[in-house]
Amino acid sequence: MRIRAVALTAALALATLLAPAAASAATARASLTEIEGDVMCVACHESLSVAESPQADSERAYIRLLIAQGENEPQIERALVGQYGASVLALPPAHGFNLTVYILPPLILVIGIATLVITLPKWRRRAQAAAQTPLPAGPPLDPGDARRLDEDLARHE
Amino acid sequence: MVAAVALLALLAFGVEGQGTSSSIDAQVARGVWPVAPDANLALPVLGSSRSESLDDFRGKVVVLNVFASWCDPCRAEAPILARTERAIVKHDATIVGVTYLDNSDSSEQFVRQEHITYPVLRDVSGSFVRSFGTTGVPETFVIDRQGHIVALRRYQLDNQWLSQTLPRVLAERS
Repeated sequence: MRIRAVALTAALALATLLAPAAASAATARASLTEIEGDVMCVACHESLSVAESPQADSERAYIRLLIAQGENEPQIERALVGQYGASVLALPPAHGFNLTVYILPPLILVIGIATLVITLPKWRRRAQAAAQTPLPAGPPLDPGDARRLDEDLARHE
Repeated sequence: MVAAVALLALLAFGVEGQGTSSSIDAQVARGVWPVAPDANLALPVLGSSRSESLDDFRGKVVVLNVFASWCDPCRAEAPILARTERAIVKHDATIVGVTYLDNSDSSEQFVRQEHITYPVLRDVSGSFVRSFGTTGVPETFVIDRQGHIVALRRYQLDNQWLSQTLPRVLAERS
């Protein structure tokens, strides 16, 4: 009896934990607004979220149709690629040459940061060393130039 | 250095891309008829699991019409093309439609509404029509029995243009 009560309590607790996830999965529905941000108007080469053209309207109508048919977001994006080609995606699929889009920016950032980390201390050391080194004295002024300089400085005081 | 080379390559690519359209137009205008590009590229037939290429129509005069269901001028010229198809079919000629940046559901609806009976091909990637220099719709290319582009129209066609263009091409035998 006691074991049955514990099992029942555990089952209820599990059901309570899983219920929201199951409910959200069941109600997860693709939204036109979200998909518009991820795809392009293929005729006007701008995001569908801002595009205003007959082709963009046609694309939206097609997305609405797919949403009404109960397709989820990945399914809709796959269907769009099938109809309009890969250029319909705002971000290209991550394979082949397209990988450069995903790899290059962080790689450049890492290389940039590494370069700064290596070179900044060197620059700082060089600047400190330069500040501590007295400047070499130039050649002495000839007496005529020295007199003119003194006169000019006296005029400006 | 690498950036400079990349920029030059990009520039060359852009110039080359521009050149497709202008060179076809210029050649046709001079009476030098270029071979229709990508004639062996098989494209899916709308509403079918088959694929066809321009080569499949070799020996026929082909009026290649690039269109989209969302394009109003395409809809305006569709009845003219449907009538023309009925008239030229007995001269061993056909119209071939190619959809441009259009989904197949809308294209099929367009075909039904406009009573189109000629074959319509889908250029999903757009590479086929790009080889003709197409950047918008509608566009129409008349291809002779040997596969040369002998006339083109980069906007909505009318009866007058077809009646000026087609009889001469239809009269030529392969």
